[in-house]
Amino acid sequence: MQQNEKLDELAGRCGEWLRGTGPESDIVISSRIRLARNLGDFPFIRRCTNEDRLAIERTVAARMNKLEDWNDVRYINVDELSEVDRQFLVERQLISRELSESEGARAVAVDPEEQFSVMINEEDHLRLQVMHSGLDLTKAWQQINHLDDLIEGAITYAFHPKYGYLTACPTNVGTGLRVSVMMHLPALVITRQIDKVFRSLQKISVTVRGLYGEGSQFTGDFYQVSNQITLGKSESELVEQVGEVVPVLIDYERRARQFLVDQNEQDLHDDVSRALGILCTAKKISSEETMHYLSKVRMGVNLGLIESVAVKKINELFIHTQPAHLQKLHGRLLGSSDRNVQRASYLQRHLSGEDGGPAELN
Amino acid sequence: MKCQHCEKPATFHITELTGADGPKVLHLCEEHARGFLSQDSPTPMASVASALAKQLKLGQTKEELAELDRKACPVCGITFYEFRNAGRLGCPYDYTHFQKDLEPLLSNIHDSLEHHGKRPKRMAPNADLQAQAIQLRREMDEAVEREDYERASEIRDQLRGLEANENQDPPADSSSESKES
Ligand SMILES: [Zn+2]
Ligand SMILES: [Zn+2]
Repeated sequence: MQQNEKLDELAGRCGEWLRGTGPESDIVISSRIRLARNLGDFPFIRRCTNEDRLAIERTVAARMNKLEDWNDVRYINVDELSEVDRQFLVERQLISRELSESEGARAVAVDPEEQFSVMINEEDHLRLQVMHSGLDLTKAWQQINHLDDLIEGAITYAFHPKYGYLTACPTNVGTGLRVSVMMHLPALVITRQIDKVFRSLQKISVTVRGLYGEGSQFTGDFYQVSNQITLGKSESELVEQVGEVVPVLIDYERRARQFLVDQNEQDLHDDVSRALGILCTAKKISSEETMHYLSKVRMGVNLGLIESVAVKKINELFIHTQPAHLQKLHGRLLGSSDRNVQRASYLQRHLSGEDGGPAELN
Repeated sequence: MKCQHCEKPATFHITELTGADGPKVLHLCEEHARGFLSQDSPTPMASVASALAKQLKLGQTKEELAELDRKACPVCGITFYEFRNAGRLGCPYDYTHFQKDLEPLLSNIHDSLEHHGKRPKRMAPNADLQAQAIQLRREMDEAVEREDYERASEIRDQLRGLEANENQDPPADSSSESKES
């Protein structure tokens, strides 16, 4: 396991889950599964002293260090990072906001492909996460199950014969498993079908949440589908439950896209091309506006209306134009209005020419 | 537009699609939105709070509740009142100590009381020893606080003994497993 401060090296690359490939990747951004685990011989995080937290971090780090295939894993002491570095890891979804903003000994282990991360001293002692591009829940489950088995061989988890894996919050007890599928549903938003669709899903025990606003990873047209319960069903049943809802949403979104194309392809083409035009020519742009237009361009690319940009590039831009990434790529801290100028120039460079070929506005 | 929880302007507009009465739009300032978004969905506090509220409606009297609130875990010391406020438990033993009071809550949240998923291949050799370790750590902290370092180091030795007893890896001795940073 490598101790590694060189986060800068990560900044220019993008994690596995942003490749823009994988099944259904025109609509499904990523599939993520996490497991909450705790050591049996320590109190839960809220009742830990600083010494407890340090002892947990050191015990876990030392034991994980002895695992097979652990050589390339990057180990980052989050408490030693600057604010912008912590924000950077949040933007890449390698750590949670909670881990970033709490205090005391805490860390994250990340594999080189950024497919999995293990947070130490989050709300639970351990939070394992595996993330994939596109809809790939079965593979994500196999991977995290294997990772869990490995760690379980070195650490004695808090486990109750009746209640399963014990967690700090009773909402996670049992399997400790949360499946989250991040979906891009712009056509359902444009056609105002989104609320209706989700209402119809309510009887099923999945939760759907839309995010909007600066500071959140995704905006506007992005929705996260997750399982609601963690106790009483097996891990594969829970994975299946979410896995069954996603294709329904994909189907609705595809139909809504087709409806937009059939109804007035020219208007739609105009709309997505203007969005690309603004991203290519603006001199100042907020992250919120960037999200808004990137979302339109992404749909335009997936519908074949824009051919000059790859989905991977757009996925990268979603991340690279966020505040901490922008500052790391620029090499220094920037205030919010300087960020807006830098963001515009970054978009221009990466959408029109210098990087990835000319972006004609069809 | 103002934040729903304070006087600051609302810069976040979050659509929560899982409310009992259909989608709900929240208008929040940055600070409150951060708090909201950093919760793992489904918002645990909300589910814990609503499950507890349901439980109260099912006929606990004020006196019964007050008594429950004072009940404390012998291992980590958390009271039910503290749990009710924070939505987070204090240690693994709480699931045993508060079992009777947690079960209605668990069944409200999960509609189930029994784990059907995977089990660790290696179970804790002795759950009581684990609970004892938590308790000793708490006593050690208290000893350090009242500057009784002699007692603290006694407890430290006991803890090491327990860890050796668990007989897995060598004890988590911070000097030999120190992190290089
Ligand atoms: Zn507020
Ligand atoms: Zn306790």
